Amino acid sequence: MVSQETVNYIAGLARLHLAGAESEKFAKDLEAILHYVQKLDGLDVSVIKPTSHVLNVENVFRDDVIKPGLSQEQALAFSVENLNGGYKVPKVIE
Amino acid sequence: MTTFETVIGLEVHLQLKTQTKIFCACRNEFGHAPNTHVCPVCLGLPGTLPVLNRQVLLDAMKVGLALNCQINDFVKFDRKNYFYPDLPKDYQISQYDFPIAKNGFLDVVSNGNKKRIGITRAHMEEDAGKLIHDAENACSLVDYNRTGTPLVEIVSEPDMRSAEEAYDYLTALKLTLSYLGVSDCDMEKGSLRCDANVSIRPVGQDKLGTKAELKNLNSFSAVKKAIEFEVGRQTGLILSGGSVVQETLLWDEAKGRTLSMRSKEQAHDYRYFPDPDLVPFTLDVAQIDRVKKDLPELPYAKLDRFMTAYKLNQYDAFILVQDPALADFFEACIKIYPDSKKLANWLNGPLMKELNERKKVFAQIKLLPLEMTELVRKVEDGVVSNLVGKDILGIVLSEGKSVESIIQEKGLAQVSDDTVLEKVVDEVLADNLKTVAEIKGGKTGALGFLVGQAMKKMQGKANPKKVNEILTRRLQND
Repeated sequence: MVSQETVNYIAGLARLHLAGAESEKFAKDLEAILHYVQKLDGLDVSVIKPTSHVLNVENVFRDDVIKPGLSQEQALAFSVENLNGGYKVPKVIE
Repeated sequence: MTTFETVIGLEVHLQLKTQTKIFCACRNEFGHAPNTHVCPVCLGLPGTLPVLNRQVLLDAMKVGLALNCQINDFVKFDRKNYFYPDLPKDYQISQYDFPIAKNGFLDVVSNGNKKRIGITRAHMEEDAGKLIHDAENACSLVDYNRTGTPLVEIVSEPDMRSAEEAYDYLTALKLTLSYLGVSDCDMEKGSLRCDANVSIRPVGQDKLGTKAELKNLNSFSAVKKAIEFEVGRQTGLILSGGSVVQETLLWDEAKGRTLSMRSKEQAHDYRYFPDPDLVPFTLDVAQIDRVKKDLPELPYAKLDRFMTAYKLNQYDAFILVQDPALADFFEACIKIYPDSKKLANWLNGPLMKELNERKKVFAQIKLLPLEMTELVRKVEDGVVSNLVGKDILGIVLSEGKSVESIIQEKGLAQVSDDTVLEKVVDEVLADNLKTVAEIKGGKTGALGFLVGQAMKKMQGKANPKKVNEILTRRLQND
């Protein structure tokens, strides 16, 4: 069973704020999802290599050549707030 | 009473000095206005795709091979998930279970003994942005220029047993890495960064004690001091009946102590998974062998060769190999002037002094092997004194003139003319009757004083050997 503690822990990692009854609901949902996926446990995969990528493509590179990016003005256009050329964020305590 | 043993493992982050970032074509360089070397990829904007810089893979391979690692023929990237304002995608692209390199070692000379430190792995990842704390406005400002700077993280085995050994490992690692030319390796600039995992255990126990992770180690000496402090703290804790808690600690250089970073406790669940935006990489043996063959001669191999081929002692050879450019210069010089000991003395002594005074490394100055050897020869032949020779070296470096022209222009040639020197000796003997009497009375050691007086009268330009000869003869005959 997926416990409500597990749900709250995952929510914490994902910075989700769950309202009172939601953690109970999600525990049930996650349980159902896991149960469904567990069907795969019935298959013999001992000779199958783990899939690290769905595309059958390897070794995609770029050369080490500089190309122009964004100007400071363009870059900061995405910010909610900015100051002195930097993205302004709540104070981070180190 | 229980005696404890210290166990240390180091994690070193090395910034590569490629032209562009690891996954996008932005310029990889520091010291620019904030957020001027960014693009949709490194800002993590939706819909963008990272593409690996070929040079990063090559450089990381070089690092792995230089550290005697096995290079994995299958390499992939994974996402390390956490939230922090300096990480725009909310995940860092790193490598989890298939790093580029694993199972290596580095031989370190510590306390006069060679010790082999295991290298667990080396992997590629991207650097985060830079946070600037703005106290005045009670906020933090983020500069994403550094985001996506290529890093190689080098993880050692917990093989070090003292702060001293950790320091020596770091020194040897930095030297080895600097030979590869893939990074500035400068701790002050942050192109080489170090975290230390420190624990203690009773001597004889196999199981590792609970470790603390030390961060904010901004210099080699900070690494040493922080480990020493931490070992003391943990020992005190255990002896007084407490126990060590696994946590991340920050080194406070000003206070000389480690401080707890309470906020990070929960953040260790990174939920790694393969990054679907990057396809895997396969490396063939021929390619790995080619990179291996092209590695430069590494410092410890060079040290051994200098000692054997040029009959240098360990001390002289060790100083020379600290800077590959200086070591190359030495080898260029020795083809012209074969006395290795005299050359090493000049390079490690006066030349090093000039470099230190100018706050430069050898690669930043202009000095031809022919000028250096010419100078050593002039001193050896007695054309100029040792002292004047050192001055000439300074002028060669400042003004870029040849040794010969400096001697001519400034009239620095040593005086070996007998009539001139005889006259000076006359004066010295007359001025120092007391010393002369002492020498005649058997205190022959005082002869040096008279030679010094003659040199002084000649402003250092007298040939000291000649002066010595004349003085000795006169003192015997008179």
